[in-house]
Amino acid sequence: MSKPTSPIDYGAYPDARGHFGEFGGRFVSETLISALDELQEMYQRLKNDPEFQAAFDYDLAHYVGRPSPLYLAERLTAEAGGAKIWLKREDLNHTGAHKVNNTVGQALLAKHSGKRRVIAETGAGQHGVATATVAARLGLKCAVYMGAEDVKRQSPNVYRMKLLGAEVIPVESGSKTLKDAMNEAMRDWVTNVDDTFYIIGTVAGPHPYPQLVRDFNSVIGREARRQSLEQFGQLPDALVACVGGGSNAIGLFHPFLSDESVKMYGVEAGGDGVETGRHAAPLNDGVPGILHGNRTYLMEDDDGQIIETHSVSAGLDYPGVGPEHAWLRDIGRVEYVAANDDEALNAFRTLTRAEGIIPALESSHAVAYGLKLAATMRPDQNIVVNLSGRGDKDIFTVAAIDGIEV
Amino acid sequence: MTEEQNRIDRRFAKLRSEGRKALVTYIVAGDGGLENTVDLMHQLVASGSDLIELGVPFSDPMAEGPVIQKGHERALEHKSSLRKCLALVKEFRGKDADTPVILMGYANPIEKMGAEAFADGLKEAGADGALTVDLPAEEAGPLNELLNARNLRNIFLLTPTTSDQRIAQITELASGFVYYVSLKGVTGAGHLDLDSVRENLARIRRHTDLPLCVGFGIKDGASAKAVSADGDGAVVGSVLVSAVGESADGAAAKDRVGALVSEMRTVLDS
Repeated sequence: MSKPTSPIDYGAYPDARGHFGEFGGRFVSETLISALDELQEMYQRLKNDPEFQAAFDYDLAHYVGRPSPLYLAERLTAEAGGAKIWLKREDLNHTGAHKVNNTVGQALLAKHSGKRRVIAETGAGQHGVATATVAARLGLKCAVYMGAEDVKRQSPNVYRMKLLGAEVIPVESGSKTLKDAMNEAMRDWVTNVDDTFYIIGTVAGPHPYPQLVRDFNSVIGREARRQSLEQFGQLPDALVACVGGGSNAIGLFHPFLSDESVKMYGVEAGGDGVETGRHAAPLNDGVPGILHGNRTYLMEDDDGQIIETHSVSAGLDYPGVGPEHAWLRDIGRVEYVAANDDEALNAFRTLTRAEGIIPALESSHAVAYGLKLAATMRPDQNIVVNLSGRGDKDIFTVAAIDGIEV
Repeated sequence: MTEEQNRIDRRFAKLRSEGRKALVTYIVAGDGGLENTVDLMHQLVASGSDLIELGVPFSDPMAEGPVIQKGHERALEHKSSLRKCLALVKEFRGKDADTPVILMGYANPIEKMGAEAFADGLKEAGADGALTVDLPAEEAGPLNELLNARNLRNIFLLTPTTSDQRIAQITELASGFVYYVSLKGVTGAGHLDLDSVRENLARIRRHTDLPLCVGFGIKDGASAKAVSADGDGAVVGSVLVSAVGESADGAAAKDRVGALVSEMRTVLDS
């Protein structure tokens, strides 16, 4: 937990074997190693290839609609009564969330690999939709694994994926949520490894996934850094983003890691409250362990069995977290906090009424902490909150909590 | 690898001298009730099993097909755990000093217990080695040293997708025997390709003298005999776990599993 004395070269992580300090790595069965080696080799080659980067930038600009605005939320700022709150509007991307940054990138890799079928796991359905979208665009076959519980919670996204031509496979094993969907996607990949490209949706999984998903999402932070300098003439004092697996958070944080003055807060799902044990906040209340191909903080019992998580937001309902976050926590560069279900729901309503922006329940966790943090800061300071997705998909969940049938 | 022999080495040496193939059997510890597992292990031996792979249940068994997943879920409902697996092996050793037993499972329960405590626990219980599905050669170094230091064997998986370079790297670390996964897929899958098994066993044989056992997709005596023709043995799991799952009680499970293993033994020795 000690802070390093000399500056860290954050770009040098992960190491060649995928390690961020003691975290990350490659903990999968032997069958997948050759596919991971192949992916790593291809990615190392393409990430420095100007043609590949140009194709990625083109898709981000013309298909996703980037850059996304950095928006000064004046009424939200007034509500908090402190630092200025700027929203990084990832909700305005095509498909409605940051997830598409990564699927556009991985689709380009899939195209280069020559594989004609893509698979994905999804929790809230945003990554599933973003994968089905790029698969439709490239004419690839697509199967999306989704926990049976989440299929119920997120029916609009299930229908969207089907419209886009994807097969949605409900997963009935285990807790029937995101972690089980990921197990099932891995099993599919092991079986169909010759013709299938696995598009992982977050900065977890075996190396090189945490690295490449981070790299594709880092466009968020690169833009936010440039926009901050342009729009308020300095770097932000703090960044806030929600953390489930952690792809939107690492995307925002990574380009700022060497800017020592910028404080960073990752907001996990506090569920009923971290003290109740009913939450999805492994960085607040978990221990290091091994799941889904990497070593990271996990929610588990005394025998090392993964335990069920609780969150009003399906996209944060995951017992692990990306290994780079585990490392950033331990070296003290990022502070990981939690927002409870009711705090997130309040923030959902506050932002909707104050700014006319309906946020995803996942992003509402970041808004909730952003409001709290802003109140402790001065009006001449600036906070960037990552509005990672829009909340249309969540209106049924919120209506049900309010006892309203939509 | 240490020079001293352990039960696994002795068993394979004996089988080789007799010109017989090994029948390796897998069940999940605690599946069908913790109180019935040791009886079931003795039944496996009585029916002709040479080596027992005792499955350590895990909440997220990524490499397993639906049959063994359900076995893990049932075992966890019976409150099975790595700690209890070790106690079961110790109890088994009370009446069987010869049959090798390895623990097959996933990395996280070991990570939770601590690799050194795990290695000590294996030794103390009278187990002979471990196979950790999601601990590939790159990450296996520390556990490997702890096992070697206790004269315990570390069993590795090789697959149709493993390159020659990796076979060399893995067989350097491997001890006891090598487990060749006959197909691309999860346990219990059904698309066994005997030509591919033969080619790959020959490829592996160029790198190691360790016994080669073939698993995944073995359903009966005929398939066990076919895959072990060019190797040293066959591993059978899903059909046994399925039989345990379908049995009403411990006695029924013993009967069904016993009958399946006897049939395989008979065909394998024919």
